[in-house]
Amino acid sequence: MTQTTLPPVEKTQPVSAPHGTISDRSRSERKLGWLLAGPAFLVMLGVTAYPIIQAVYESLFAYRLTDPTNREFVGLSNYGVILTDQLWWTALGVTLLITVITVAVELVLGFALALVMAKALKSIRPVVRAAILIPYAVITVVSAFAWQFAFDINTGFVNSWFAWIPGVSADTDWFGDTGTSLLVVCLAEIWKTTPFISLLLLAGLAQVPEVLQEAAKVDGATWWQRMVKVTLPNMKAAIMVALLFRTLDAFRVFDSIFVMTGGANNTESVSFLAYRQTISRLEIGLGSAVSVLLFLSVVLIAALFIKGFKVDLASARGER
Amino acid sequence: MPTLTWYTNPDSGGQAELAARCTEAAEGRYRISAAVLPRDAAGQREQLVRRLAANDASIDIMSLDPPFIPEFAAAGFLADIPDDVEERVTEGVVQGAIEGATWDDELVAVPFWANTQVLWYRKSVAEAAGLDMDEPVTWEQIVQAAEDQGKLVGAQGARAESLTVWLNALIESAGGSIIEENAEDPADIQLGLTTEAAQRAAEVMGMVASSDAVSPAFSTENEDASATGFEGERGGFQVNYPFVYPRALGAVDAGSLDPSVPEDYGAAVYPRVDPDQPAAPPLGGISLGISAFSQNVDLALEAAECITTAENQAYYFVTNGNPAAKAEVFDDPEVLEAFPQAPVIRESLELAKPRPQTPYYSEVSGGLQREYHPPSSVGEGTGKAAAELISAVLRGDQLL
Repeated sequence: MTQTTLPPVEKTQPVSAPHGTISDRSRSERKLGWLLAGPAFLVMLGVTAYPIIQAVYESLFAYRLTDPTNREFVGLSNYGVILTDQLWWTALGVTLLITVITVAVELVLGFALALVMAKALKSIRPVVRAAILIPYAVITVVSAFAWQFAFDINTGFVNSWFAWIPGVSADTDWFGDTGTSLLVVCLAEIWKTTPFISLLLLAGLAQVPEVLQEAAKVDGATWWQRMVKVTLPNMKAAIMVALLFRTLDAFRVFDSIFVMTGGANNTESVSFLAYRQTISRLEIGLGSAVSVLLFLSVVLIAALFIKGFKVDLASARGER
Repeated sequence: MPTLTWYTNPDSGGQAELAARCTEAAEGRYRISAAVLPRDAAGQREQLVRRLAANDASIDIMSLDPPFIPEFAAAGFLADIPDDVEERVTEGVVQGAIEGATWDDELVAVPFWANTQVLWYRKSVAEAAGLDMDEPVTWEQIVQAAEDQGKLVGAQGARAESLTVWLNALIESAGGSIIEENAEDPADIQLGLTTEAAQRAAEVMGMVASSDAVSPAFSTENEDASATGFEGERGGFQVNYPFVYPRALGAVDAGSLDPSVPEDYGAAVYPRVDPDQPAAPPLGGISLGISAFSQNVDLALEAAECITTAENQAYYFVTNGNPAAKAEVFDDPEVLEAFPQAPVIRESLELAKPRPQTPYYSEVSGGLQREYHPPSSVGEGTGKAAAELISAVLRGDQLL
C-alpha cells in the first residue's frame, strides 16, 4: 500500500514572464524583505554571532577572570585538555542519555496528548488545552525544586506513596546514586516539556487534510490504518521539527541537574561542565572551549536532522 | 548623602537591621542599604567575583566567607585597611577570625562574626549510652553510642562546601593540613592529603558514613538536613553550627516541635579524631570586605567599624544566632541567656582552624568534593586520588 499525501501543487508560471531576469516587482519584494528582516538579522548578529565568535577567540587562551595579567595564548591546548579528560566523555554520555530518554518518551506522550487536545469535546477543549500546557508555563528551576522536594527523603511524599513498588521504601535515597538521580531528572524534564512537543504536534495534526481522512474512511480503513497511512505521513514534517527542537533543547539540560544533584554522582551534563569551568572556576579560556564544543555538538545534531532525516523547516510552516 | 551598598549573605534580617542602626548613627554622613546575595557561599562568591572583575563601583561593603578572602585579596578587589582601623577592628577579636581575614600577612577584611561547629547531643541519648559529655569524646565513641541506641549521627555528607568543611576539620584534628605549603604559582602548591593525618581523617570519614548511625540520605545531607534529623525522633548527635538551637526554638514557637526537644539539646566541643589530641573545629563566619572600586572607601571603612562594634555583634548573636568575633561579647549576660552554649562556642572558636587559604580555593575545594564524595566510599586511596586530581587541575591539565 502507498502512503496518502496530497500531490505538491505546481506553481503556475505566467507564460509571458521573461526568463533569467528579475522583474521589477520581485526586486521590490526582495528589497522589502530585507527591510523587514534586516533589523532582526542585525539583532541576531549582535546577540548570537558576536558571543559565539568571542567564545571561540577566548577558548584559545589560558585566562582566569581574577588574574587578567597572566592571560596567555595557548592555541588549541584547551581543547586537548577537554577531549582527553574522562569527565568530558562522562558528561557527554549523561547528556546523550537524558536527551534520548526524554525525547523518546515525550514524543509518544506528546502525540497522545495532541490527539486528546485535537479530539476533545468542543465544550471542554479550552480547559483540556490549558491543563496540558500548564507544566510548560512553570519555570524550570521551580519545577526542579518541586520534583526534588517530592523525592526528597525528608520532605518528599514519593517514598511513602510508592512504598508498594519493589525497591522503594521509606529509606530510598533517590539522589544518592547515578541511576535514580537521572531517573528523577528525566521525569522532571518529561513533565515539563511534553506540552511543548504536543503543541507542535497539534499544529501538525491540524495540517492533515480532512478530505484524505474521509477518503480513507470511505475505503474502509480502520483507525490504526488511517493513523499510520494518512495522519503520520502527512505530519512527518511537524514531527521532525518537534523532535529537532526538543533534542536541541534537551541537549542543553542544566537547571534540573543544578538544583537536584549539583552534579554529584556523575550526573553532570555538558552545560554543567561549562558552567563549572567558566562561572565557578572563572577559567574563561577552558570554559569557553567547553561551550564551543557544546555548540559544535548542537550544530552536529541539527545537521544530522536536516540532512539525515530530510527535515524541511519551511514545510512545517505549510509552505510547499 | 552618599549611599553605601552592603552585599549581605541571607540571614534572619540582622544585617538589614544593623545597616539601619549604623545609618542612624552616621547622622546623615552616609546611608547603608543592604542587598542580599544568593543563599550558598559558592553562589555569593560567583556573583561578587563577576561584578568585581568588571570593576563594579556599586559595591561598597561585602559580607565575605573566609575561604574566598585570599582570592579577592590576590585579585586586588579589596581596599587596603589603614593601620589605625586595623588596630581598632582586631582588638579583642578571637585569633581564628583574624587569621581568616588575613592574606599575605595583611589584614584585608574586618572580622564581623566568627562561626564554628560544635558537637550537639541529645542529653537523654548521651546519658542512656553512658557517655560523659563533660569529657572530650571521639568520633568512634559517638558513632558507637548512636548505633547502640538506634539513633542518628548528623554530619554534612552532601557534595558541597560543607563536605570540605568536615574533611578539613578531620584532617586538622588529626594534626595535618590540606595545604602543606602555599605557593604563588598554583602548580607548586604542596598538598597534604597523603600524610598520615589525612589518611586517619579519611578513615574516620569512611567509618562514620558507612556506619548504621547515619541517615540513609547521608550522601545528600547538608546542615539543614542534619538539623532536621536531630530534631526528629532518631536525633542523637550532630556536628553543626550554633544556628540549630534558635532553629529548634523557632519551631517550638511555630508549634511544629515539642518544647521538650530543645530542652534536651546539649553542646560540647567538636569530636576528636585522636583521643589524646584536641579537636580542631571548623572555622566559618563572615568578615566585611571593602571593595577597591568603591567610591567611598573611607565612609565604607567607617560603616564597617560601626557594624562590628561589640554591641552590634551581641545583638546579631542573640537575634540571628551568629557568634561574635569579639571575645568580650561571650560574657554579655543577654548572650548567655539566649545561648546557654556560649562558653562552649567560645572555647571551640579558640581551637578552630580555618580551611586552606589560597586564591585557588574553589579548585582545591571542588577537587576534594569530587573525590571525597560519597563519603561512604572514602578510604585509603582517596587522598592520593584527590591530590593527583587537584594538582592536575591546578596545572591546567584536567577539567573539574
